[in-house]
Amino acid sequence: MSAPLIMFLIFIAITLGITYWASKRSAGSSAYFAAGRQIRSWQNGVAVAGDYMSAASFLGIAGIIAFQGYDGFMFSVGWLVAYLTVLLVIAEPLRNAGKYTMADVLAYRLKPRPVRALASLSTLTVSTFYMIAQMVGAGALVALLLKGSGISYTTAVVGVGILMIVYVVFGGMLATTWVQIIKAILLMAGAFLLSILVMAHFHFSFYAFFDAIGHVTYHDKGQEVVKDFLQPGLRYKPPYGPLELISLGLALIFGTAGLPHILVRFYTVPDAKTARHSVVWAMALIGSFYIMTTFLGFGAATIVGRDFIGTHGGTNMSAPLLAQALAGDIFFAFICSIAFATILAVVAGLTISASTSFAHDFWTNVIHRGTERKPGEEVRVARISAFVVGAVAIAIAILLGPTANVAFLVALAFAVAASANLPVIVLSIFWRRFNTTGAVAGLAVGLLASIGLILVSPSLMAVDPPTVTGAARHLIQAKAWFPLENPGILSIPLGFVGAILGTLLSHEPSSTHKFNELLVRSNTGLGAEKAIASH
Amino acid sequence: MPDATKPDQNGQSMWDRVAASHEFRDLMATKKIFIIPAFLFFLVYYFLLPILVGYAPHFMSIKVWGNLNLAYLFALSQFFMAWTIAGLYVRAGDDFDDISNDIIEKALKHENSKGAN
Repeated sequence: MSAPLIMFLIFIAITLGITYWASKRSAGSSAYFAAGRQIRSWQNGVAVAGDYMSAASFLGIAGIIAFQGYDGFMFSVGWLVAYLTVLLVIAEPLRNAGKYTMADVLAYRLKPRPVRALASLSTLTVSTFYMIAQMVGAGALVALLLKGSGISYTTAVVGVGILMIVYVVFGGMLATTWVQIIKAILLMAGAFLLSILVMAHFHFSFYAFFDAIGHVTYHDKGQEVVKDFLQPGLRYKPPYGPLELISLGLALIFGTAGLPHILVRFYTVPDAKTARHSVVWAMALIGSFYIMTTFLGFGAATIVGRDFIGTHGGTNMSAPLLAQALAGDIFFAFICSIAFATILAVVAGLTISASTSFAHDFWTNVIHRGTERKPGEEVRVARISAFVVGAVAIAIAILLGPTANVAFLVALAFAVAASANLPVIVLSIFWRRFNTTGAVAGLAVGLLASIGLILVSPSLMAVDPPTVTGAARHLIQAKAWFPLENPGILSIPLGFVGAILGTLLSHEPSSTHKFNELLVRSNTGLGAEKAIASH
Repeated sequence: MPDATKPDQNGQSMWDRVAASHEFRDLMATKKIFIIPAFLFFLVYYFLLPILVGYAPHFMSIKVWGNLNLAYLFALSQFFMAWTIAGLYVRAGDDFDDISNDIIEKALKHENSKGAN
């Protein structure tokens, strides 16, 4: 048995133990969906950070920096700064006025059924796309990392899928939160150790480190090139590079505050004050982590090199290969097992937010008009839908195969969150005149604009040479109609325009009358959902 | 909690009464004074980064210390900007909590005395 496999089995054993412990404390809706609202601020902060720092961050960003230098670091910056939107605008109103999902906040003053139905659709879209991207990545990665242990892509996808279903179905939000906390601590420790080792390699001289980044040598089409990796422009080149950067920034700044699996975390704490403090905890961790991507990414570029990474698994292997180069096979195994843990925890977080939205918004409040017919039914439906969502994600990930181009799914998830979810939440909290037609129009336009623009973007639309075959070929073989991979710059304004026009073109006095209720609730916490212990 | 959504004899619900109260307006004003400038500042500061990197790459490549350039330093400063705003907001938030707690206490007292009549 290989070392990565042993370490991963230890992680599985610990998390299954937690799931068993949590399963005995997850009776009742509030316990299952919101961990009884008893999570402390530091715990929730670490869990938010864990939910957010996916394999895409750990392996993906380190890889982009290792291959394209400074431009990759731009992702790191946006991913932290986006939390200011969460902190200043979203976290407290959401905790004060909601129960389990983002749609709860909308349902106060708007007609619940159409609004919940669309909000649930948007949540499921974001979560499923994000999850499929993670699963395909996971499968390819596990197969690569455990090469020689006989674990194939399909086995890896099924394994990850079954584990995430077990965490969510049996352990609910409590287990998911603790899996997230453990993984986040492991991830921080791994990144910290790697950073120290990188600096030790440069004898703890930042001058020498940045000097080495100034002349990174690699081969491009047989030619040796030397580049300054600290200079902008290696990834985002004219004519569309600058616009792409701004569009990416918009998607991150407005999308993070609309990601369902992040939003549900604020329901697990006792009150708005704790929610606020937990965002600050999350920002401390997320910021430290993304600053460390400097050492991970540039370290891989200077110490391991593009040429070696390119022939040993590609960009995503940059961080693990750096670990191997600096401290040998055991540390490589440790970093690999952190990568597994990361993927597993993130897909579990996505599964619980998707199934909560389906059970609470769609089943209880759309199909059955706001009444739980039997006690415990909502939780039962959530468990079944977690199972279904997980099974669907496994099936699609296997169908797509390890070479499928899935990076655009993450861009799509952020675009939908920024263009459909965020405008509607913000307008609902801050605009007295806002109404149901506006919310429905905003959600629908934001969702369709994001999907539509990505369909005709260079991610899915390009002319491939005949040498490119199979899953790696672009879906539509023609020149892209929309030049950017991130549609945010157009789809976010469209979402807002849809919501505002829909509102202005219709009349709904009841939503205006009930604005005071939402205003008072979201700003003071009067009438907010209490933690279980206080009952 | 008493049924707060029902209007009282003046045709006002608890929510309307609280929303119109002096304390609540005070809370909203206190929040706005912090949140709106902080939000606008962070948007401008953040979007300067992709704009400068995208449209003035040569300026951003100016070296400051050894190979360390403006682009990296400005990107790094974003982290400290975000942490600073978050820290200031947490301090301001204690004030919001004090006013909110007063509002909640008063509103519940009012509702309870109404229920006792």
